[in-house]
Amino acid sequence: MSARDEILGRIRGALADVGEPDPARDVVLDWNYGQPLPMDDVIARFVQRVEDYRAEVVRADEAALPGQITAVLQRHGATAVVVPAGLPEAWRDAAGAAADVVVEQRRQPLPHDELNRIDAVVTASRVSIAETGTIVLDHAPDQGRRALSLVPDLHLCVVREGDVVSDVGEAVGLLGISVASHRPLTWISGPSATSDIELNRVEGVHGPRTLVVLLVG
Amino acid sequence: MTRRTPDVAPVTWLGMPAFPANAKVQLANDRQRANLTHATRTIRAKRAAVVSEVDDWEQLRLAGAAIKDRTLRHLDTYLVEFEKKLKAAGATVHWARDAAEANQVVIDVTRAAGADEVVKVKSMATQEIELNEALEEAGIAAWETDLAELIVQLGHDSPSHILVPAIHRNRSEIREIFLTEMGRYGRAAPDDLTDDPGRLAEAARIHLREKFLRAKVAVSGANFAVAETGTLVVVESEGNGRMCLTLPETLITVVGIEKVLPTFADLEVFLKLLPRSSTGERMNPYTTMWTGAHGLDGPRDVHVVLVDNGRTNALADQFGRQVLRCIRCSACLNICPVYERVGGHAYGSVYPGPIGAVLTPQLRGHTEAIDASLPFASSLCGACFDVCPVRIEIPDLLVHLRRQVVDEHKRGGLGLERLAMGVLGEVMGNPHSLRAAQIASTLAGKLPIPGIGRKLPGPGASAWTTSRDLPMPAAETFTQWWRKRSDAPGTDEEPDR
Ligand code: SF4
Repeated sequence: MSARDEILGRIRGALADVGEPDPARDVVLDWNYGQPLPMDDVIARFVQRVEDYRAEVVRADEAALPGQITAVLQRHGATAVVVPAGLPEAWRDAAGAAADVVVEQRRQPLPHDELNRIDAVVTASRVSIAETGTIVLDHAPDQGRRALSLVPDLHLCVVREGDVVSDVGEAVGLLGISVASHRPLTWISGPSATSDIELNRVEGVHGPRTLVVLLVG
Repeated sequence: MTRRTPDVAPVTWLGMPAFPANAKVQLANDRQRANLTHATRTIRAKRAAVVSEVDDWEQLRLAGAAIKDRTLRHLDTYLVEFEKKLKAAGATVHWARDAAEANQVVIDVTRAAGADEVVKVKSMATQEIELNEALEEAGIAAWETDLAELIVQLGHDSPSHILVPAIHRNRSEIREIFLTEMGRYGRAAPDDLTDDPGRLAEAARIHLREKFLRAKVAVSGANFAVAETGTLVVVESEGNGRMCLTLPETLITVVGIEKVLPTFADLEVFLKLLPRSSTGERMNPYTTMWTGAHGLDGPRDVHVVLVDNGRTNALADQFGRQVLRCIRCSACLNICPVYERVGGHAYGSVYPGPIGAVLTPQLRGHTEAIDASLPFASSLCGACFDVCPVRIEIPDLLVHLRRQVVDEHKRGGLGLERLAMGVLGEVMGNPHSLRAAQIASTLAGKLPIPGIGRKLPGPGASAWTTSRDLPMPAAETFTQWWRKRSDAPGTDEEPDR
């Protein structure tokens, strides 16, 4: 017998006591999915929670955004920047005003070692969560593949205020579409961190050590 | 052949002395106790603070328990659905009856990829099946990439905590390990390394970066597996998980069959419960979700190994199966007075603390002394149930397992009474104070009362929560129960209730 059939057989044997075939009737669940969390100011909560993780938040309107992209890259001394091909042109040009820009085409991913020599990355994002200070990427063309926002040490991530929801439930509800089309998701809450040494939080291990959130109203 | 990765002692848990003997050894280690006390106290405070922020925490716990029960009671259905969705998303699905089969799959896939090394994301399932040693024997080097796992691996050590495997090590010990060992297995630590946590983390970043960039194969576990979509979820902090899940061409994920969830929407509940319960954060820094292979984004050759390795034993026990709800958050370890005193190594299993005491004997059976002794490694204070995000009734389960062990060993005999009462008393101070504490906690209503007051609300849940057959009547401590059950001298001197 194959391992698959044997394991499924063991499971069915182990569950001989379960009489109701419908899982939802067998175990009734009392939970309302996708509910918002009441809060006075979703954006203010988001900013506070992101800053809690020691990430930097820069606020701008649409017109001021390109100037801020240039300014942040200059302030952090970035000299080489990678952007995904789907990033709005104005943002790409703004990055180009501060540093050398490599545009990664979806069909031609950069080799790992080349990506590893790049300082910074600029991406958009899909949805963000105020209560937990989380940004979710679904790696659409304006965000690039997963490695892009991982290997460079500085991540500039543009979040639109309209994409910020109150809590995890609402975000999961919105992300169902991305997952149904097999898109991977990356949930980011602050810069990479570890608590493995005496449970002290240290920012910056393998992922980007600096996360700058450009919040666009 | 010379080894490629640091050797470990002790390699295998079976045959270890039973919990009481281990506990005595560990108790004598003052530095470890000091490290543990500091660490568990810190993490308890963080957890309490972020849990108190959530108004509907109790509803969340009930929902988490119900979703897991729903899955477990229809596990065959959900596994078949998960497999179907994975295949449709371009993944290869393997099934493994036991550790040896699971290890062989990883070896075969790694060899087929032309690799002789793998990078690993921290995973309890791969520890449970002792994958690293199996790979080493097959000539494949397995590199742990989680900082704490790296500390453990380079320290020729074993993990002592689910979440913070090097919780028993302090910063100066970590510095020593990095300075001595890193250079033997890759990029050396800088000579001027200090014991500043930031510098230690930086040393790990540099040491591991070259391994991430060149690795062809990664091995991970998964926190959750979504049947509806075929999605796997890894929750982490450092970004080593993202590196492993993204950079190599081949990804092998080893998943216990109990990790499946019915729907993507169910993640809402668990992504709220897990970070707050484990690291005491509102959200962990990084969570990756992937659904099979995704073109040029991430690994193109995606494998999933579904592992039984004793889980169906636990599933067959109508009361015991709730142990499979566990999401490995480690809150029960951090709150446990016994764990805090003896540390993780005393439990002789990759799953230490209260969850280990109820999970290990159900996965492995209790013919070995260490496994038979585990259900006795508790004072039944009930704190573990209170913090458990999926409401596993650990104290009730301990009693349930104690009865099984006693029934079994009435025929064989393992010196059980000594095993049960002897060293726990020592761990906790003395036997009298232990008994007093148990009685006090029962009177305070903190000790769970089997069959009463722990029923899940909702009509669907009632059928099976009421049908339990448990040996311990209400308001009776283990000591009291033990005296009656064991025909031991002193049975007639029942303490007052
Ligand atoms: S038993 Fe509960 S508290 Fe303990 S690790 Fe598992 S989920 Fe967490």
